[in-house]
Amino acid sequence: MEFKDDLGKPWKYEDGDFTVVRSSMWSPPGCHPVGCGLKLYVDKDGRLDHVEGDENHPITKGRLCPRCLALPDYVYNPSRVTTPMIRDPRDRGKSDKWRRATWDEAYDLIVEKVNFFKETYGPESMAVFSGTGRSGGIMCQEMAQRVLGTPNACYTQSGFACYQPRSAACSHILGAYYPEMDYAGGLEGTYDNPEWVCPEVIVMWGKMPLASNGDGLWGHAVIDIMKRGAKLITVDPRVNWLSTRSEIQLRVRVGTDTAMLMAWLWIIINEDLYDHEFVEKWTYGFDEFAARINDPELGMTPEKAAEICEVDVEKIYAAARMYAKAKPASIAWGLAFDQNQNGNQAGHCCLALMAITGNVDVPGGQIIAEIPAETNAEFNEDNLEVAESAWNGDATDVVSFGGTGGGDPDEAPEEGWEGIGIELTQKAIGYDKYPLYCENIRMAHADMMLDALLTDQPYKIHMGWIQSTNLLAPTCCAEPTKWLEGLLRLDFVIGTDCFITPSIEACADVFLPLQTSMEKDDVVFTHYCASPVTISATNKAITVGEAKSDADILVDLGNRLGSPKIAGKYVDGADYQGKNRAPASGMDFEHLSEQVYFQRGVNYRKYEKGLLRPDRKLGFLTNTGRVELYSTTFQQNGDDPLPYYQEPAFSTRQPGRAEEYPLNLTTGARVYAFFHSEHRQIPRLRELNPNPLLEINPDDAKKYGVHDGQWVEIANEFGTAKFKALVSPVVRAGTVHAQHGWWFPEQDGDAPNYYGVFQSNCNDLVPNHYNSVMGYGAPHKCMSCSVRPLEENLDTDMDLVWEKFGKLVK
Amino acid sequence: MLGLLINNEYCIGCHSCEVACRQHLGLGEGEWGIKLSETGPWKYEEGAKAGQWEWTWTPIITKACDMCEDRVAKGKMPACVQHCQGWCMYSGEVSDLVKKMDEDTRWVLLTR
Repeated sequence: MEFKDDLGKPWKYEDGDFTVVRSSMWSPPGCHPVGCGLKLYVDKDGRLDHVEGDENHPITKGRLCPRCLALPDYVYNPSRVTTPMIRDPRDRGKSDKWRRATWDEAYDLIVEKVNFFKETYGPESMAVFSGTGRSGGIMCQEMAQRVLGTPNACYTQSGFACYQPRSAACSHILGAYYPEMDYAGGLEGTYDNPEWVCPEVIVMWGKMPLASNGDGLWGHAVIDIMKRGAKLITVDPRVNWLSTRSEIQLRVRVGTDTAMLMAWLWIIINEDLYDHEFVEKWTYGFDEFAARINDPELGMTPEKAAEICEVDVEKIYAAARMYAKAKPASIAWGLAFDQNQNGNQAGHCCLALMAITGNVDVPGGQIIAEIPAETNAEFNEDNLEVAESAWNGDATDVVSFGGTGGGDPDEAPEEGWEGIGIELTQKAIGYDKYPLYCENIRMAHADMMLDALLTDQPYKIHMGWIQSTNLLAPTCCAEPTKWLEGLLRLDFVIGTDCFITPSIEACADVFLPLQTSMEKDDVVFTHYCASPVTISATNKAITVGEAKSDADILVDLGNRLGSPKIAGKYVDGADYQGKNRAPASGMDFEHLSEQVYFQRGVNYRKYEKGLLRPDRKLGFLTNTGRVELYSTTFQQNGDDPLPYYQEPAFSTRQPGRAEEYPLNLTTGARVYAFFHSEHRQIPRLRELNPNPLLEINPDDAKKYGVHDGQWVEIANEFGTAKFKALVSPVVRAGTVHAQHGWWFPEQDGDAPNYYGVFQSNCNDLVPNHYNSVMGYGAPHKCMSCSVRPLEENLDTDMDLVWEKFGKLVK
Repeated sequence: MLGLLINNEYCIGCHSCEVACRQHLGLGEGEWGIKLSETGPWKYEEGAKAGQWEWTWTPIITKACDMCEDRVAKGKMPACVQHCQGWCMYSGEVSDLVKKMDEDTRWVLLTR
């Protein structure tokens, strides 16, 4: 069923008393870059009255999630702050000490401080911290390197345990961007386009994209494709809606995905279910890889995996055969790969599965965006030899973060990141220990940054910029109590957001108010530009207070500081985003704005056309020009070139552990009401999930004396957190799941309460420095803990939530 | 008679219908025009469905629901139907809706 009513309407039109602006969504409030289609109904007073889904959008076609439907409640929330605020650093943690400031005053103060720190301690004494998903979050490197000139951009989550462990595997094993399941989003007419083929099987591996559109995959595309006949296999410790509709459901023990992936590879290789032609022509190291999978010690038989993962071995055989025999088949691979010390290996195995079954960049398989060509490089139709060697430029530059970070194939290596110079690049915190991580992401290493904040080693960080992240809420750092201590040691801290979050209340001296997506012109590229799907315009519909966009702030400060990559080059933030994000659409912002959505086309099998290498040679952007089943880059960086299984460091199977901490702890399953730590102050959304929940199996509830709805405390050697128990069979006996992102905007914001951010903070039970050999991943989804019932009742008072946040600002 | 038809197989419990409706009707604390009911999840241990999971969501309309009279008069879909992410909701004359009900999947017909 599709709507016909507003099809074909221009980007802006009149409807009764309203002006309707068609736009595409990213953030704030946060979501991943899908660019869902919105119709913003603006009344005669210029106020956003309501929001509807835009049926013109090629993918979402009028559908919309509750978070976007509740946008007016976010935009006009009484707790939103829309003017700059300044506070004396001695008054951090005191909510009544902020004073209103003008933008000029705030900028003057920031420029003065930046110049002082730069001249006195060097630009590396400043750090920019970012979080997940938001449009401004991924501009962290741009703020750090282009504006401030420091190498120390930092995504604060331990081991960048969100996307990057997978992305690193993509860069080095596949030599390409992240291969996303093909849901026809980039093709005109989507599923009806004759180029697209419906996959016979989709594997949902550690991913449940319906609630959060993880990485920019529009989750409900999976349902659309199910309706067209695709069968599902689900690999997930928890039962979720998709797994209850799956043909085969593998409920692995938390953190054991690599073992399961290796077992699938064992079956596919030993039962000769792989694509010989692809393996022969396009992969490197298959024999060594097969030998590893079959190695008696380091390899993985299905029987061994069944014991490790606690899954029936017959189901493992059935699933691997079903996947391998389906043509085409796709895998939606999720955050579970990252939140695990063994994640690089899991990513390696997953890419190997896609490759040896012949599903890379084929219709209905996994699709990858084209890699830009270097100057003067052209595909030579007369030379169809596969590249045998590395491109002579810096490949990590080109395939870093999605398609967005750097990515200029003509940039000379000695220029360093964004022209800051190689000497400064190598001063990034953690560069000496994890050079590949730092080069690939163009950031400081998160865990090493925490050490630097706490110990001033190898040098002291003086200034911090909290850019679109509420890291202390259990979202984007491990051991937030330590991060608070570290941040409070900074001399000067700036925070940007729409609200005074616990992180800003606790640490910031200057608050800069951000525009929501409705208030700015911006560009959304699906999946950070890494997927050939859409590039869309966020069209400004309203003005609220004095808020500015992330990009406005970047341009304003770049101009004021005379930053060479910015100053004098851009009119404003919209111009900046248009020039930096829109080029892949072939349009300037003005034209994209009118068209609203642009479908990029896919152009399948790009490795046969030279489109995955800047030199336009055939093959992939790896050292060997092929998909590296044997990874030369992993080897060069001290890790095993072949995959191996690693038992989670804090699993209940570790010797002696179960006596004290008998329950496996997983965290962070997504819900419809919230995006990470956002939306807790939207009463209509909060009512959907008023309290932080801990899912516990009925057997465990009985064993530990917990009844449904009772408050409990989970604990381990790193910390404790309180949740309301939800007794449910969605978790296996012996495993509990804690929700993430919680703080309580209705509570007292002053130190030490900080809006209750440490009451239900599951990340306080997760340590830093449990990363892979190359510095990636962290055990957010494979810890362990004890649980005890509490006498106290901490239920949210929804009357209070409505009283504080229910009356919108007029 | 106007009605809403729900295909239970594809209602995922995303709450879009609830929030779209509350925004449209301007309903406040604890008030709903349409509200989800959840059955399950549980796993069948014995019988024909042994090993399968049950998890069924169904929206139920309340007295506040007017089938979006004003929207429908303008040629629009009811707010809940338009925004349904699983595309499992249909609206219209009951006599037309019943024709969509196949014998393969579970359906619920809501009227007021």
